[in-house]
Amino acid sequence: MPATPHPAALALKLEGVEQRVGAATHLYPLNLVLVPGQLNVLLGATLAGKTSLLRLMAGLDAPTAGRIREGAGGAWRDVTGLPVRERDLAMVYQQFINYPSLSVRENIASPLRLRGVGKGELEQRVATIAEQLRLTSFLDRRPAELSGGQQQRTALARALAKDAGLLLLDEPLVNLDYKLREELRAELLQLLRVRNTTVVYATTEPQEALQLGGNVVVMEAGRVVQSGPTLAVFHRPATLAAARAFSDPPLNVLPARFDGTRGIATLVSGAVKGLANGWTSGLTSGLEVALSPAAVAAVRAAGVNEFLLALRPHQLHSEPGGCRSLTLQGTVELAEISGSDTYLHVHTAGGDVVAQWRGIHPLSLGSRAHLFLDPREFFGFTCEGAALFAPTAAAGET
Amino acid sequence: MARIALVDVGHAYGGAAAEGAEPRWALRPMTMTWRDSGAYALLGPSGCGKTTLLNLISGLLTPTQGRILFDGKDITQLGPRERNIAQVFQFPVLYDTMTVFDNLAFPLRNRGWKEAAVRTRVGEVAELLDLTADLQRRARGLPPDAQQKISLGRGLVRTDVAAVLLDEPLTVIDPHLKWLLRRKLKQIHQQLKVSLIYVTHDQVEALTFAEEVVVMNHGEVLQVGTPQALYEAPEHMFVGHFIGSPGMNFLPCKLENGGVQMGDVTLPMEAEWLARAAAAGTEHQLGFRPDAAEVLAAPVDSAAGVAWQPARVQSFQPMGTHSLLQLGFGGGSVWVRAAAAFQPAGDYVWLRPLPAKLALFADQRLVPRVAGELLADASSVLAGTSAPGAAP
Repeated sequence: MPATPHPAALALKLEGVEQRVGAATHLYPLNLVLVPGQLNVLLGATLAGKTSLLRLMAGLDAPTAGRIREGAGGAWRDVTGLPVRERDLAMVYQQFINYPSLSVRENIASPLRLRGVGKGELEQRVATIAEQLRLTSFLDRRPAELSGGQQQRTALARALAKDAGLLLLDEPLVNLDYKLREELRAELLQLLRVRNTTVVYATTEPQEALQLGGNVVVMEAGRVVQSGPTLAVFHRPATLAAARAFSDPPLNVLPARFDGTRGIATLVSGAVKGLANGWTSGLTSGLEVALSPAAVAAVRAAGVNEFLLALRPHQLHSEPGGCRSLTLQGTVELAEISGSDTYLHVHTAGGDVVAQWRGIHPLSLGSRAHLFLDPREFFGFTCEGAALFAPTAAAGET
Repeated sequence: MARIALVDVGHAYGGAAAEGAEPRWALRPMTMTWRDSGAYALLGPSGCGKTTLLNLISGLLTPTQGRILFDGKDITQLGPRERNIAQVFQFPVLYDTMTVFDNLAFPLRNRGWKEAAVRTRVGEVAELLDLTADLQRRARGLPPDAQQKISLGRGLVRTDVAAVLLDEPLTVIDPHLKWLLRRKLKQIHQQLKVSLIYVTHDQVEALTFAEEVVVMNHGEVLQVGTPQALYEAPEHMFVGHFIGSPGMNFLPCKLENGGVQMGDVTLPMEAEWLARAAAAGTEHQLGFRPDAAEVLAAPVDSAAGVAWQPARVQSFQPMGTHSLLQLGFGGGSVWVRAAAAFQPAGDYVWLRPLPAKLALFADQRLVPRVAGELLADASSVLAGTSAPGAAP
């Protein structure tokens, strides 16, 4: 590699950052610290605020309130609203953005030329990154002569060639074919792992977040719902919103009544949340869940009579056994086969649920399904959505 | 609704080639029948010909060769309007100053339906799509998923169409809402018995939506099959690769000593199967799905007699509900799906592809394990080119 020292990965600190546009609040005040050299995933639905946050980090927009500081080698500087050209960062967008009149080679080289990188080193860096992103044979073409996948590879190559201390990727693969996305994601991940760059990667897809690993910042409606190591947030969501954002297929949420003396929760059918935090309508389904001692203690400590039980679809099992002491019976409304898995939409007395079963289970519409549940795998949330308990590490991992 | 038959239909943009030269097919000539009220998906990467095929059915394109029949009637030369086709596109197509009701009513009023009948029908469709509460609101300002539901509703509202064609209708929808909309679409299909043809590049959407999926690449139909058939018995390596995430693993292999040999790994196979593979072509590959192998973190007692092989860990990804391992194996690299709790103990794990789930390919095509299996399966949908109008 060339002699030029690689710039250090940057730390980023957002303090009370807020973004309002007219009467609309795009981001509520938030604090966030990005550790240098780590991969951070912004996970949230469309309009959750991911792009707004990336644009503030990039200095493309100035926040309505709050400060953004950038750290390198222990020194901090205030970069709030500082223009992109005065920052050491690169950004890749959803849309394939390249210079249309320049060749692929010149597109990749452009940030290096701006920095005054010498000819020999520039050529070598362009060649290396083109090789890594499989663009070598397209270097003399213009972007319009490339497929969508190649155009986005060019945009990624330009961003990576810059070797910036902060790399911002805003759903970079969303406009590509499914299979292409899968390939490019794997390649990109390999490239990012060997780089000393702080990465922020925005996505709407929980599976993509899990694949990328690192840290996750879960966003919803302009707020940071939770942040932390990706797997830890997946296993221990702090709120119902974080659990929902992190479940694909969607999380199953079953309203329940708590019987503190027996340590049992009873599922409520047709529950409608009413005043005073209770189910105004809703008959008891008679389905009882024996909660773990830790769960009982948590519900008791919260002092609630009614709460929400939640299960990820893969926790509604096709086979009985072990601690799967609860059986939910219902009518199959839909069976979707993805190949490796079957997604069953089932109407039960405890509510409508989706089960994810490994392998192919051709169940016909209207047939009866038995779903086997292990109470140790339940999540519990208050009706306001605060976490009460989560599955123990040993459960649900088989 | 209609049965749709394509008889030796091929399309080349720019028309037929000069005499003697092979046209540059966007869609290679093919013969196929789609039954009335079926739910089909056309699946493939960009440029595979799926949109060309859709446009040939809708009448936006006239094929360079061949005939298209709706219920036995030749409609090849008819335009889109005369074909009686409804279409739903990737982005919502709406009159955004109109109410939801008027949007849904538009295709009916346009065809001179009586107002009372319009009200009844719009009411039914709105009910199916959970749009009843929004009927008097303006389409503008509704969230993207509601707008796309209105688009779907406009496609489904007419009762007299031959088929409803959907071109990547869920691409712009968030993952959570995709689940809801897909479920809605399947329920509607079951209740209304409409013929649906759904174009997508997303294998999960295609497999979960369709009764049968048409997999295409480079203008060629490679396989038509149920989701189960495409996953368990891909007839072409491309299908194995394209279906499944990650796709099927392939390892170039030699047919030797009563088995297949790849690098330092040999797996025994039935002699009769190997003989057919040898006869079918010269380039052979072993295929197995990432979930068709067992993996262990520690070496197994070799005395157990099971063919466990050491495999070098190239990457390890915990995925929450399971783990993905990329392993150096048999002179190549393979993906394996393991339990969520799985943890490699060192640089190597021990791997055993499940013998019953191995697939063998000769020159990219599947060599069925049981002779003749393939033909019986394929003939139900893909008829021979010499049988015009062949239909089940």
